[in-house]
Amino acid sequence: MKVAVASGKGGTGKTTVSLALAAAAETPCLLLDCDVEEPNCHLFTSAEPWRTEGVDVLVPEFLGEGCDGCGSCVRSCRFNALAGFGRKVMVFAEMCHACGGCVLACPHGALREIPYPIGRLEFRHAEGFELITGVMNVGYAMAPPLIRQLKTHLPTSGLAVLDCPPGTSCSMVTSVRDCDFVVLVTEPTPFGLHDLRLAVETLAELKLPCGVIVNRAEPGVPLIHDYCQEAGLPILLEIPLSRQIAETCSAGGGLLDACPDLKEPLQALLAQTLPGLLAGRSVAS
Amino acid sequence: MKVILTSQGDSLDAAMDARFGRAAKFLLWDSSTQAVSVVDNQQSMDAPQGAGIQAAMTAIKQGANAVITSHCGPKAFRVLQEAGVKVYLTKAAKCREALQLFQDGKLQEASSANVEGHWT
Repeated sequence: MKVAVASGKGGTGKTTVSLALAAAAETPCLLLDCDVEEPNCHLFTSAEPWRTEGVDVLVPEFLGEGCDGCGSCVRSCRFNALAGFGRKVMVFAEMCHACGGCVLACPHGALREIPYPIGRLEFRHAEGFELITGVMNVGYAMAPPLIRQLKTHLPTSGLAVLDCPPGTSCSMVTSVRDCDFVVLVTEPTPFGLHDLRLAVETLAELKLPCGVIVNRAEPGVPLIHDYCQEAGLPILLEIPLSRQIAETCSAGGGLLDACPDLKEPLQALLAQTLPGLLAGRSVAS
Repeated sequence: MKVILTSQGDSLDAAMDARFGRAAKFLLWDSSTQAVSVVDNQQSMDAPQGAGIQAAMTAIKQGANAVITSHCGPKAFRVLQEAGVKVYLTKAAKCREALQLFQDGKLQEASSANVEGHWT
């Protein structure tokens, strides 16, 4: 089962929940940190990487020979990664979306593809689970190719948790795509609710089942509950607003260090609730 | 020689557009005829990214020998430099004023971009 942990709004507790799920799991668990622009799962483990793998994309290189200045390559690029004048083409690799279109468009074989490094994957044996972190190079802006490379390490069976990037743009979509279930972590604030709605709408487009974890939950603040009831979304868990949790996490500890009582509900979530919701869904559909 | 000025309007009386890549209009001035024509920069205005690169190619296609603007980013500068188009920077408010400074030899040729990419 592949469980994505996403949110819409940033800072709601995706990493806290992802780490707690991975730590609570009763079966071997692989945690992928898909928030490649700002990965932070590794900050909560003392393990150093036992392996690092570079990630490249293929970008064009101008060979010069054969170019007759027809401009086909420049016109084929909707991202303006190529500039051409006379019989010369300049490549701006950092703008390139690595589609390979320009190389196909050139009728003269004057371009070829070469690797361009965009980041790396770090593999760690964390306490109780395996962690693979995607780290994007500073100055590079396109996360999806790196996230796709990270996801090639997903096992075909067994449990995997994916700590996703915030928001609902390409990097979030790339992360949640093909997962079995999406856990949306939110907080009971108007901002939290607003972005939760956006995330739910995005997942509806992707036809992915989801449920909600309310973090920093306070008694008498029903706005997330009201919305979930209206939208027919299950509330999977509530994590209370607690200074103790905040202090523990700030010191590098995990949610379960602060609240050992949450271990059982998280185990039940992975072993019963989610498989039950998925089974019910397949019956319903 | 042909010179491009980044402009907010259609004539030399218009205000300069401080940006090169996302300039509203280009005014193309031809020193041999003193004629001014308007060059559309809409394609660059609409570009999700790479407006400077696109605008630089527009300038090159127009046969410009020089560009007069207030701010030029690194990618646009690289393309212009590679194509041998000189870049002159000015704080002049009006295009006519900028052109006069250029003709009087009071504008210095830029040796590098003077703003980061995505400057607004």
